[in-house]
Amino acid sequence: MSAVTTGLGRAAWLVFERDLRLAFRRWDQVSHPVVFFVMVVTLFPLALGPEPSLLRNMAAGVVWVAALLSSLLALESLYRADFEDGTLEQLTLSGQPLAWLLLAKTLAHWFLSGIPLVVAAPVLAASLAAPSTVVGVLMTSLALGTGVLSFLGSVGAALTLGTRRGGVLMSLLVLPLAMPVLIFGARATEQAMHGEPAAGPLWLLAAMLILAITLAPWASSAAVRISLD
Amino acid sequence: MEEFLHMGGYARYVWPSYGLALLVLGWNIWSALRLGRAARAGAERRLAAGATEGRDHGDR
Amino acid sequence: MGTWTWFHKLASPPHFYRIAGRLIPWFAVPAALLIAGGLYGGLVRAPPDYQQGEAFRIIYVHAPSAWLSLVCYTTMAVAAAVGLIWRIKLAHALAAATAPIGASFALLCLATGSLWGRPMWGTWWEWDARLTSQLILFFLYLGYMALRSAYDDLGRADRASAVLAIVGIVNVPIIHFSVDWWNSLHQGSTVIRKGGPAMPPSMLVPLLMCFAGFTLLYAALACIRVRAEVLERERNATWLRELPPA
Repeated sequence: MSAVTTGLGRAAWLVFERDLRLAFRRWDQVSHPVVFFVMVVTLFPLALGPEPSLLRNMAAGVVWVAALLSSLLALESLYRADFEDGTLEQLTLSGQPLAWLLLAKTLAHWFLSGIPLVVAAPVLAASLAAPSTVVGVLMTSLALGTGVLSFLGSVGAALTLGTRRGGVLMSLLVLPLAMPVLIFGARATEQAMHGEPAAGPLWLLAAMLILAITLAPWASSAAVRISLD
Repeated sequence: MEEFLHMGGYARYVWPSYGLALLVLGWNIWSALRLGRAARAGAERRLAAGATEGRDHGDR
Repeated sequence: MGTWTWFHKLASPPHFYRIAGRLIPWFAVPAALLIAGGLYGGLVRAPPDYQQGEAFRIIYVHAPSAWLSLVCYTTMAVAAAVGLIWRIKLAHALAAATAPIGASFALLCLATGSLWGRPMWGTWWEWDARLTSQLILFFLYLGYMALRSAYDDLGRADRASAVLAIVGIVNVPIIHFSVDWWNSLHQGSTVIRKGGPAMPPSMLVPLLMCFAGFTLLYAALACIRVRAEVLERERNATWLRELPPA
């Protein structure tokens, strides 16, 4: 793949497609975070008791906290394997703008980690006695929110690549930055739960997603270069 | 004086606040001075041992 | 041109070391006077608040520490950006020196906020918008320092933590907005109100003295800490031989 003949869009598409294909070949990478998501949500009825009214009150928060934790867990797989086998270094040397390639990589990660959560969410919401009217807003908010989390997390994952203890450290970096996502996402779901319009927080999530997509790849590419030094 | 220390019944909250503030201010001053002194001592020790090779401060 | 040469000169370690050393007393002495005067004025001279009585006096340590923790984060992020873009090691040293100072004042702000909240709200912790933002700011400091200490190599620690500080400062307004928004929906009781222009001068002047004093204290502390960082980072440089006696 030479820098002269491969266009920007083509290069990004190649990276995106490669990541998807690898993920389908190694399915556990995609399935583990969802299983984790389901298990964490299961913990709450066990810890709090099976009272439906109690569970309904907590449902939005529980699903969102579980989604946040599970997408943090999924971030480990974003760069780690490519860092260890040298693929990441090849990408930086490819002559293509690194931020652009990482944007494609993070988009692939968003699809792989976000869509399973979005799909699993209605079942979990039902298990927490949430009304079925909330499903649309919950899925939309999770789809947008996991996007922001993927992009924010891509910076944290890239920054901790070069350190020995990646996972916990990355959570320390990303969690405070991710709190607005949790606030808007859980709030949108909560409002839908009470039959109120949830467009406000959803638009705010969308705005954050656009901001994250435009800015995070630059920070990630700087961080990847530092980690590869 | 008694009345001043009593703080209108809020002594339990006002004085610990000021105590903590003095603690944090004190810690900041102490730790900065300790760092400064340690760095200075380290540099002088290295100089005395003649460990400094001639490297210019070309880089910032 | 003139400013640029001046800037370059300042950014060179030996010059900075000398200038910062000379500046320390100019920051430290007014800081000590202002803080002493401000705390005295706040504790003794200011009249009790008509609503909160004597408990409001906590503001003289609470508000300046909130202010300083934010000033420190901003300074840290700007210094980190300067260090990253222009590859100025001194700027990285300033960012590294600022983090523990800012974190300590963020913690002080949380602790005094809790002590203030107890008589006002009846609980040690209320999920008030300002306190929650401050808590997240404290977490941001912890993340920054954790990342810094995770790298053995100083150059990489500098640059990696600089990226984090920049991402953090972009996020600070978003966090602040989101927490305000979240709190307004829950009808949080904001008892800790910042004194507006309605404050009488006998209350306001000590407060302003504390703000100025804390800020100048930070300047003095930063000078001392960056000087220490410079000595560590320049351990092999020749100019160390010409160090003036301590």
